[in-house]
Amino acid sequence: MNRYPLWKNLLILGVILVGLVYALPNLFPQNPSIEITAARGNTVTEATLGEVKAVLENAGAPFRGVESLEGGKLLVRFDSNGDQLRGQALIEAALSDRYNSALTLSPDLPGWVSALGLQPMFLGLDLRGGIHVLIEVDMEAAVAQALERYAGDIRTRLREEKVRYTTVTFEGGRVLVKFPDAGALAAGEPVIQREFRELILVTSQEGGFQVQASLTPADEQEIKRFALQQNITTLRNRVNALGVAEPIIQRQGERHIVVQLPGAQDPARLKELLGATATLEYRLVDTEHSVQDAVEGRVPVGSKLYYERDGRPVLLLRRVIVTGDQITDASAGFDQRSGQPAVHVSLDAPGARRMLNTTTENVSKPMAVVFIENRTVTKMVDGEPVKRSVRTEEVISVANILEPFGRRFQTTGLDSSEEAHNLALLLRAGALAAPIEIVEERTIGPSLGQDNIDQGFWAVVIGFMLVVIFMTIYYRLFGLIANVALLTNVVLIVAVLSLLQATLTLPGIAGIVLTVGMAVDANVLIFERIREELRNGNTPQASIHAGYERAMATIIDANITTLIAAVVLFSFGTGPIKGFAVTLGIGILSSMLTAIYVSRAIANLIYGGRRVKTLSI
Amino acid sequence: MHMTLLKDAHFAFMGHRKAALFFSAALILISLAAMWVRGFNLGLDFTGGTLLEVGYQDAMELGQVRQVLDEAGIGGVTVQHFGTLQDILIRVAPQAGEGEETSAQLSDRMFHALNAAAGGKADLRRVEYVGPQMGEELTEDGGLAVLYSLIGILIYVALRFEYRFAVGAIAALVHDVIITLGVFAVFQVEFDLPVVAAILAVIGYSLNDTIVVFDRIRENFRKARKGDAVSIIDQSINETLSRTLMTSFTTLLVLFALFIFGGSIIHSFALALIVGIFIGTYSSIFVASVLVAMMGINRADLATVKKEGEGTAQA
Repeated sequence: MNRYPLWKNLLILGVILVGLVYALPNLFPQNPSIEITAARGNTVTEATLGEVKAVLENAGAPFRGVESLEGGKLLVRFDSNGDQLRGQALIEAALSDRYNSALTLSPDLPGWVSALGLQPMFLGLDLRGGIHVLIEVDMEAAVAQALERYAGDIRTRLREEKVRYTTVTFEGGRVLVKFPDAGALAAGEPVIQREFRELILVTSQEGGFQVQASLTPADEQEIKRFALQQNITTLRNRVNALGVAEPIIQRQGERHIVVQLPGAQDPARLKELLGATATLEYRLVDTEHSVQDAVEGRVPVGSKLYYERDGRPVLLLRRVIVTGDQITDASAGFDQRSGQPAVHVSLDAPGARRMLNTTTENVSKPMAVVFIENRTVTKMVDGEPVKRSVRTEEVISVANILEPFGRRFQTTGLDSSEEAHNLALLLRAGALAAPIEIVEERTIGPSLGQDNIDQGFWAVVIGFMLVVIFMTIYYRLFGLIANVALLTNVVLIVAVLSLLQATLTLPGIAGIVLTVGMAVDANVLIFERIREELRNGNTPQASIHAGYERAMATIIDANITTLIAAVVLFSFGTGPIKGFAVTLGIGILSSMLTAIYVSRAIANLIYGGRRVKTLSI
Repeated sequence: MHMTLLKDAHFAFMGHRKAALFFSAALILISLAAMWVRGFNLGLDFTGGTLLEVGYQDAMELGQVRQVLDEAGIGGVTVQHFGTLQDILIRVAPQAGEGEETSAQLSDRMFHALNAAAGGKADLRRVEYVGPQMGEELTEDGGLAVLYSLIGILIYVALRFEYRFAVGAIAALVHDVIITLGVFAVFQVEFDLPVVAAILAVIGYSLNDTIVVFDRIRENFRKARKGDAVSIIDQSINETLSRTLMTSFTTLLVLFALFIFGGSIIHSFALALIVGIFIGTYSSIFVASVLVAMMGINRADLATVKKEGEGTAQA
């Protein structure tokens, strides 16, 4: 009685061994490190490795070593966060013109462990430090942009078809086309119908002759989906350009994007870059009209009044030569003559053609560069959040066209080389499809991350030890069996987390701690049942058997209900809650396995198949 | 002989059911009153705003920090120590009015002012910013999460047992949630996002306890030839009492470890769990079963259930 067949014992042993192997990488320390990647137009070579070493050695900065990684990267390991930050400052100072450096944590695994493809648990930002931002995409603006495009297209079509119209406006989620009379309406409606089949048209003659065109719900969804996707792509480009190791950029829900940058240290600059929608526009200066008149309110048709950064007014032609969309490449540098910070820009073919035509026709006339930035800010007004778009348009440079140019040229007038760098990055990464706003930010400094790891670790260890001691005193040999099961449980949780590369956060550690407390529950149920059976006068063997069998239904019922709570937590939760739900869920499942089967296997090995007079329980 | 907390317990729990219900009702009333009158000390997750945690090398006085921020023209801040005297936590309410400063610029400016005042020795440990509209969404999501898990559990228990058990279990859970929330309202402990997670975990845990008792009640109803419902329920609670207390004890052991050693960030979370487990243990003994008895459960109700749970051996 009470013997598991060999296959069952082997299976359990197998599960434990696999668990141990997957949990193994977590035993090795993780070093604060710097990842070095090549900036545009450079490569990481053996020479770079020597260069990095030399920089650190010359400054007498301690480091563990430099190694090459796959994909043209270098990794510099340090012993402490302090050394790491000092190292980064040195590397930045010496190499930042050619290489990007990013702070990261990398496990110091022996060759054979990494050869097996094993990885330690993926630590969340609250444990390793870094920046987390939640970005909300302004979907209404995305839809409005689409409608604005439709309004423009409808105007063009009507003009081409020679249909008279009064106004074409977009408002309240639809395009409103007004016609002067019934005849124009009768002529215009079929044109719109034919050319814009995807729009829903409502014709009305009350209060004027007009057609309302609106998007189908499906199209609207598609526009929103596209805006979100496009923004994710753009954000990824921007983040990649920053050279952050292991960035996470993913959508969350209908209109949010999560960006997580482990190890990143400069939230102000990051948020500026993520949220910015800066772009450039090139326009000719209106030299025929008086700027003074325009300032006083008499702006000529076809021109628009702008201001330079120092506040001087400039009158520019409304017609745009090229916009930021047509810029294919941009890099920061310095103007050869003046030494001012500059952005070197390349245009696509249509843009280059337009630029060449315009500059050829306007040699020696002034041309202006307009810097445009959109930001969405939410402010509390009378206790209600109100969203507002802030658009800044500034003329950053006005210069005479010395000679015709087309594809490649440079723009100066920027405040600093920092601004030139940022602008080049934004132009390169592409524009955002819809304005975004950072609605949540969490930055964890490296010192707090380390504290969280230490505190979490000690909480687990101390909690575990307390339970182990108590179980041993209370249930004696069976207590020890439960302890082995409990240890196996923790190993399995760590193994599953490492295998899935699920993110371990501080609440996640709390989940493990809670599981440790609750996991013994199944064993307590079983042991109490065994004691009860013994009290009822059953033999030890029968009591073990009955204890495990009868407690089973209760254990399953009790755990499934907790699992329901964990699943709900997971599906509703964000960030911290999710981390807790993951470890709680995994813990419940693995605790059922260990408390029932692992402990039974051990109990069987000890007591099974022989005459037993008393149980140590 | 083995070590036991309770040898052959024969407590007449049901005899005290009136006192228990009175006690629970009083706790619930106090909790609701506190929530109504005092409200919650909501954390940043719910209120929105900006939070900075700054670490200093030596103990720092709160007044000094306030003064530095005041000089930098940053008003409306709450400053407190966090964990140790070297750690300062600064909260700024969501910015009202027309200021164009973004949260990023604000937190940047605050830290620079503090760092300059500390001679560059301050350590920026944490910055959190939550936009004003996020709080509402979170409150809604958190409430929905609690609601959905209650519904899920109601269905599961109703399927596995009988509807009266489901009602008893849910009543006990609502009882636990209200009283746990009540403790947060009465003592004005900070209520943040992890606390919502803790409350859901409490729901799972308390139910776990309740289910174990229910399981035994069902088993004893099917086994017993004599005895009225009340005495069978009493007997079942007594039989499972040792286990109920043991599990609560081990769980509380680790939670106290978490509370004491887990760091300040996790305090509210650990506290919610500790309170919840005390209440949950009490409610699975005194609330859930008492309600089942009061709804007039009897042997016939359970005998009609044909389908057995896997492994539920019958004597």
